Amino acid sequence: MARVVVDVMLKPEILDPQGQAVQRALPRLGFEGIADVRQGKRFELEVEGPVDQAALDRIHKMAETFLANTVIEDFTVKVEA
Amino acid sequence: MTTRIGVVTFPGTLDDRDSLRAVRLAGAEPVSLWHRDKDLHQVDAVVLAGGFSYGDYLRAGAISRFSPVMETIIEQAKAGMPVLGICNGFQVLTEAHLLPGAMLRNNHLHFICREQRLRVENAETAWTGDYEQGQEIAVPLKNMDGRYVADERTLDELEAEGRVAFRYLARGEAADGYGNPNGSLRDIAGITNEAGNVVGLMPHPEHAVEPLIGTGRTDGLPFFTSVLKKLVSA
Repeated sequence: MARVVVDVMLKPEILDPQGQAVQRALPRLGFEGIADVRQGKRFELEVEGPVDQAALDRIHKMAETFLANTVIEDFTVKVEA
Repeated sequence: MTTRIGVVTFPGTLDDRDSLRAVRLAGAEPVSLWHRDKDLHQVDAVVLAGGFSYGDYLRAGAISRFSPVMETIIEQAKAGMPVLGICNGFQVLTEAHLLPGAMLRNNHLHFICREQRLRVENAETAWTGDYEQGQEIAVPLKNMDGRYVADERTLDELEAEGRVAFRYLARGEAADGYGNPNGSLRDIAGITNEAGNVVGLMPHPEHAVEPLIGTGRTDGLPFFTSVLKKLVSA
């Protein structure tokens, strides 16, 4: 079965307080040098059948209507080798 | 004929009981609606109550928005039926694109539960007719994902068209219920669609309908009397 990964990230202009909280915690834990953190979501889809253009189109539609809220989020679709 | 107002229960809804009660206190007939039932049982208006439908999985309101009952509600809302979304209900309405924008995690990352002061910015919607324009009210507020966001163009449009229905009162002490509680852009607490039949807000009017409980005030009751009047006179 092929795996398709959908990554969903808040749009750059949207404030991400969770990412900020992670970034602020890093120096306290001894991890220096990280200027910014943005937190997103990763969906791993195990696809039945071939991952052809039609399947990718369906996944794109799925990401657009459900996995991401395109008012606030961007997404990318990648086929994993 | 009595006016029937439906309140939807999704798995994880918390405030359906209080909403049904508010409907009854306002003088309408409360009707329970179930998320898997497409049938709205001849209701004249619908309240989407607060809570954590589907555990807020994926995004608050994202899964509820595709439930069978929402199919009919979306269709009816577009045809003019009054719909009020409170808290999680507001999130469902934005996910359903019946209202613009989206709700995100509070900017301070904490769950907040307190009395909140608001200004009624639009007293002409189906749910606000019994308020005075500019009236200041206090109702409970309790949420995790209450930060209203939309792009600048949408915000400008909402302002220009008078569709910001409620705004958090910024001045004064947080202990007295003042201030923007979650980082919502332009202090927006609630908005309406163009037609004024669909209204969503984060604070909870249904918890402020009896003097004995909640804030000790009945500042939330006019939501329910407003829609009743609107429906009776229609």
